[in-house]
Amino acid sequence: MITAERKPITEIEAMLNPFRRILVVGCGTCVAECAAGGEKEVALLSSALRMDARLKGRKIEVGEVTIDRQCVYEFINELTGFVDHYDAILSLGCGAGVQAVAGLFPKMPVLPGLNTKFIGETKETGLWIENCRACGDCKLGYFAGVCPLTRCAKGLLNGPCGGSKNGVCETNPDTPCAWQMIIDRLEGRGQIDLLQTIFPPVDWSKYEGKGPRKIEREDQRSGS
Amino acid sequence: MEVESNLKKVLMNGHFAVTAECGPPKGADPDVIQKKGNILKGYVDSVNVTDNQTGVVRLCSLAACAILKREGLDPVLQMVTRDRNRIALQSDVLGASALGIRNILCLSGDHQSFGNQREAKGVFDIDSIQLIQTVRSMRDEGKVIGGDVLIQPPDLFIGTTENPFADPFQYRVLRLEKKIMAGAEFIQTQCIYNIARFKEWMKQVQDRGIDKKVYILGGITPMKSASMAQYMNTKVAGMDIPDHMIMRMKSVAAKNQREEGIKIAIETIEVLKEIKGIQGIHIMAIEWEEIVPRLVEEAGLYPRPAV
Repeated sequence: MITAERKPITEIEAMLNPFRRILVVGCGTCVAECAAGGEKEVALLSSALRMDARLKGRKIEVGEVTIDRQCVYEFINELTGFVDHYDAILSLGCGAGVQAVAGLFPKMPVLPGLNTKFIGETKETGLWIENCRACGDCKLGYFAGVCPLTRCAKGLLNGPCGGSKNGVCETNPDTPCAWQMIIDRLEGRGQIDLLQTIFPPVDWSKYEGKGPRKIEREDQRSGS
Repeated sequence: MEVESNLKKVLMNGHFAVTAECGPPKGADPDVIQKKGNILKGYVDSVNVTDNQTGVVRLCSLAACAILKREGLDPVLQMVTRDRNRIALQSDVLGASALGIRNILCLSGDHQSFGNQREAKGVFDIDSIQLIQTVRSMRDEGKVIGGDVLIQPPDLFIGTTENPFADPFQYRVLRLEKKIMAGAEFIQTQCIYNIARFKEWMKQVQDRGIDKKVYILGGITPMKSASMAQYMNTKVAGMDIPDHMIMRMKSVAAKNQREEGIKIAIETIEVLKEIKGIQGIHIMAIEWEEIVPRLVEEAGLYPRPAV
């Protein structure tokens, strides 16, 4: 999923300061899963905004709505008409959601309520870890299902640096060394020799290419 | 006139090599490099110049190497992949060769989160092994990454580092082998304090016949004090200083700790001289370059061979 964290309330309030009628829009997919922008978080944030405005003697109106996906137009369309009542939208979607909503309502200020973090997994309740950089050229088959590009702080593809100690990364004792994990797994399978091939430089054109990437599928287009 | 790597000649002639590290200043003063170079001149075969070590901005390695070259020393250009992409790295390799620099040490570099630019973007476009392979291919095949042909290939003796004290221990030697496969010709190790572990690592190196394929220089860092020993052991990535070594430093009065550090360094050099497959030492006297001549003399490694 795409993970995110809510911005500090002070930052959100500063952004919303010029507006009186605000629509808080949640997203029911990734950011709901990581408890940052789902229905529950929309309700909590809206109450906080109302209460704070009351304490400061400001009159605001806060509307709440959560759509299934803020990154897909057919879901965003549910907001059509509904948004006209408001001065601004506070999106609790990821960066893609904010931009898609802003794209559909170009006259409406659409503000981000979250900081989008990374593609990750729910490791434990309340713990999400980054494990995919969306490099566009998945190499996990070579690395026993652990992505060194993402999970090694230096993105090394040819083994651990000299800072791997007791299974953790030199940059942070809370971060396991990706290379220790890869080596342990391959050793367990008796396949450590797989690592003796020199992995060539990454083709970053698949990542950064000529700017923003896109996927174009004729088969999908013609069918719709 | 043909310029050759002094380090390469010393090693190829079978001498026990001595290299030392020279840290560039946090400033633009060339005299600092010149002074450090002149302290080391005649006592070492080559001088390594660190590349923004620990992610702290310093005078660049390439410029410092050029200054040392002018002073008549044989510099080793340390080059990390942390700060520059493959375009910049390959361009600097050509520039180094054009300036008469004949040795390069390929590294990934300390992570930027350790230095004084913690908000920097770490580049890591390629890793150290890929850099070794790149320089080797530029030199031997006259090609840059992607196959474009160079009009004049660079001439560089190619080295890298290895840390026998990092984990996973069982993989360190395999990784060293990979570096040699990529094209490394000499290795400078992390500072050696844990001699037992170093010997264990060297045994694996010998068992796999790696010492026959590459020149290995053992790393030496004289400790200035017990607190430095403790600091390095806990705060510096990749360091391994056994408790008995720290205790030994603590057991002498503070004013005598420098002498004890020098003694330990010389004892370690003596041990290294006896280990089969070790062809030299690399002294990293951090901001203490003036001690290098004494270490070299007292370890019986002076004068240096003229090759």
